[in-house]
Amino acid sequence: MNKSRLPTDWTATAVQRRTRRRYAAERRFRLMGLAAVWLSAAFLAFLLASMVWEGLSGFRQTRIALPIDFAAAKLAVTPAQLHGRGADLALAGAGLENAVDGAATRAFGPGGADLISDGAWLVVRDAVKRDPALLRGRTTIAVPVASAIDVAAKHDGTPAAEAAVARLQARGLLTTSWSGGFLTAADSTDPTRVGIWGALKGSLLTMAVTIVLAFPIGVLAALYLEEYAPRNRWTDLIEVSINNLAAVPSIIFGLLGLAVFLGTFHLPRSAPLVGGLTLALMTMPVIVITGRNAIKAVPPSIRDAALAVGASPVQVVFDHVLPLALPGILTGTIIGMARALGETAPLLMIGMRAFIAAPPSRLTDPATVLPVQIFLWSDDIDRGFVEKTSAAIIVLLVVLLAMNGLAIYLRNRFETRW
Amino acid sequence: MSALAVAIVVFGLALIGWLAARMRAATFRTPGRARFTALPVHYGYFVAVCALVPPLVFLAIWSLTAPALVTDAVLATPAAAALPPPGFERASILSEARELGAGRGYGAFHDLSATLAPAYATTQTRYDWIATVIALLLAFAGGGLAFTRVRPDFAARTQVERVVMLLLLAASLIAILTTVGIVASLLYESARFFRIVPIGDFLFGMHWSPQVIDARDPGASLGAVPLFWGTFFIGAVIAMAVAIPFGLMSAIYLTQYAHVRTRAWMKPVLEMLAGVPTVVYGYFAALTVAPAVRQLGVALGVANASSESALAAGAVMGIMIIPFVSSMADDSIAAVPAAMRDGSLAMGATQSETIRRVILPAALPGVVGGILLAVSRAIGETMIVVMAASGVATLTANPFASTTTVTKQIVDLLTGEAEFDSAKTLAAFALGLTLFVITLALNIVALTVVKRYREAYE
Repeated sequence: MNKSRLPTDWTATAVQRRTRRRYAAERRFRLMGLAAVWLSAAFLAFLLASMVWEGLSGFRQTRIALPIDFAAAKLAVTPAQLHGRGADLALAGAGLENAVDGAATRAFGPGGADLISDGAWLVVRDAVKRDPALLRGRTTIAVPVASAIDVAAKHDGTPAAEAAVARLQARGLLTTSWSGGFLTAADSTDPTRVGIWGALKGSLLTMAVTIVLAFPIGVLAALYLEEYAPRNRWTDLIEVSINNLAAVPSIIFGLLGLAVFLGTFHLPRSAPLVGGLTLALMTMPVIVITGRNAIKAVPPSIRDAALAVGASPVQVVFDHVLPLALPGILTGTIIGMARALGETAPLLMIGMRAFIAAPPSRLTDPATVLPVQIFLWSDDIDRGFVEKTSAAIIVLLVVLLAMNGLAIYLRNRFETRW
Repeated sequence: MSALAVAIVVFGLALIGWLAARMRAATFRTPGRARFTALPVHYGYFVAVCALVPPLVFLAIWSLTAPALVTDAVLATPAAAALPPPGFERASILSEARELGAGRGYGAFHDLSATLAPAYATTQTRYDWIATVIALLLAFAGGGLAFTRVRPDFAARTQVERVVMLLLLAASLIAILTTVGIVASLLYESARFFRIVPIGDFLFGMHWSPQVIDARDPGASLGAVPLFWGTFFIGAVIAMAVAIPFGLMSAIYLTQYAHVRTRAWMKPVLEMLAGVPTVVYGYFAALTVAPAVRQLGVALGVANASSESALAAGAVMGIMIIPFVSSMADDSIAAVPAAMRDGSLAMGATQSETIRRVILPAALPGVVGGILLAVSRAIGETMIVVMAASGVATLTANPFASTTTVTKQIVDLLTGEAEFDSAKTLAAFALGLTLFVITLALNIVALTVVKRYREAYE
């Protein structure tokens, strides 16, 4: 067989065409990859930008300059009543709300009382409490406008509201400014009066329960599995169930919480205690898995050295391995906690979806948490809640960003490469 | 004294025991003694544990049994004779009286609860004092007995370490306990459901409308096939149609083409997609994506384009899953031996030909395993579908039409006003059991595939 092949003729048009085609395919493939990365990143940017765009106005509030003639209103309160705890009750009893509504009608014409927020008289009340001398004369107080007017002033509202806003703006009565009320108030039925503090406090209490339970249990379980557990069927069973728990849909944990904590132990519904217990069961496997990786990264020479100078196995682990693995464990814990903080579905199952107008002060008080509050507001038909929902999302994302930033900082600052 | 105050006092006693035992053990260190069985601090821990465990165990048992004992004692008082027979009214009067007795209630709606409240208050106080005295006695007895054993020849370290090991074992058993808890509660409630609705009707029934349940034939309106289809359609078809191309291509680009520095900041950016809470995605899907998808559907001439379409929920869910698919693909591509890639490149194949014909086929089992895990995550995802998908179960393959999912129905069934034991709420547990079984199976299959494949190259 002496039939040798001819060398490839690289200048032949057919070969060149094929090469060009292959290079074009190469470029196309590469571009597709680049497009996939950029589109994903662009989607993230669009999501965040649209939330910030929609939500920033939620931190601002439109106010209207309301002239009030207290002397003419003749409120039946004595200056002595305006001090101490009875002041709120005294002013409410004296018909301050009606006086404010009357002032609005006089100032802005018929229907003027509908222009101001239902909570406007509370602002007037606080102003009067600060300076009782106001009651003797007439004054102008900037009060929040009603939700429809607020929406119309900031975005597009109903035609009627837009007309009212145009009329008021022509008289120079409206001002829109940053309001701290959103960060300090709790839930309300009136979008101009809602705030995020109640939900934030509920989240803090829930997270406190979660970390107090999940962190020690998770770390101890990780230490046991990584350092002491004999290789047998029981250990395998524990490992399999931890790995599976990490992949179980979160709503299943909600069903567990509903059936066990509420159904069997009769713990109070909607309470941060139950929410924290449920989320702790969900977070624990995450802490165990990341904790085991951190413990595995501690080199065996450390253990051998400690054993060689006479430390017991428990001393080796608690005095040497654990301190060295702690930065990694903490990073994993923070990431697990961040996930628990953004979790909604299991908390809906245990009843944390009620309307709660007062921030919880105990672990057994009914409460709501940030993501559930977002869900509840997103369901509300009042147009004024749209920007509040986005504003609450901004608060949630800022908290999550801070937690993840802390995790990255801890990892970079304390992680040892062996 | 409240249980918390008692616990604090007991902890204080344990601390005193710890200090005392440590001080006493420190005196053992006399010159001439060569060997010790434990450090002073071990003696301290030994005494502290002995002082702490018995009263805490007692308090735990007591707090479970005491409310029933208190109620029994109150029922024995003459005023309780006027109570209505057992039932809702009796329970509400008793719980109101308990709240009043504890000084918490907002006022008595029932006259009777006001008369029972003082009885509750005095009985509660008496039982609280009994508990306090017993707990303190147990703490003293435990600590005292332990203290008498603080001697140089007593191996306190061994004892303390045995307790530590028990603690470690108990912590890792919590995982099994949780799994057992999930399986048991789902099975128990589902068994009750299947006593009302035949399992065949539930699994193979084609009609789902829990709003109207016929009491004579509840199975007729609780057939879950439309839900299974909707879950599969949104989670495994639409979401994956978005997540697989984007996730896979991102992983290929970042591992094969991108500069090391680009990869270093691009990968965390993509992973941020997975860190955004699902409720944010849900809100985004409902507010921004769903109306756009509906307009698209109308523009395409789809008659029943819904504003709660499967496409909106599925697409947003797919975007959420991108980093998940991407990092799984990343891992399995990185596990392909470099020799295979280099061989292909040396033969003159272009980079994309190498990726498509050599690397991807070699990495395929890992990629498939990752996709299965992603599917299991997608069908268990709740908030996006709760906020963006419809509540009406329809059996349709039209992505612009409305469909519902298992998770959405679980939330709808359990957040309504129905009482806890109705067929409606029990159905949620049956759906939960189905979901649990399916995700578990997907995870096991996926992990097996991934594991097999890793072994082949290592």
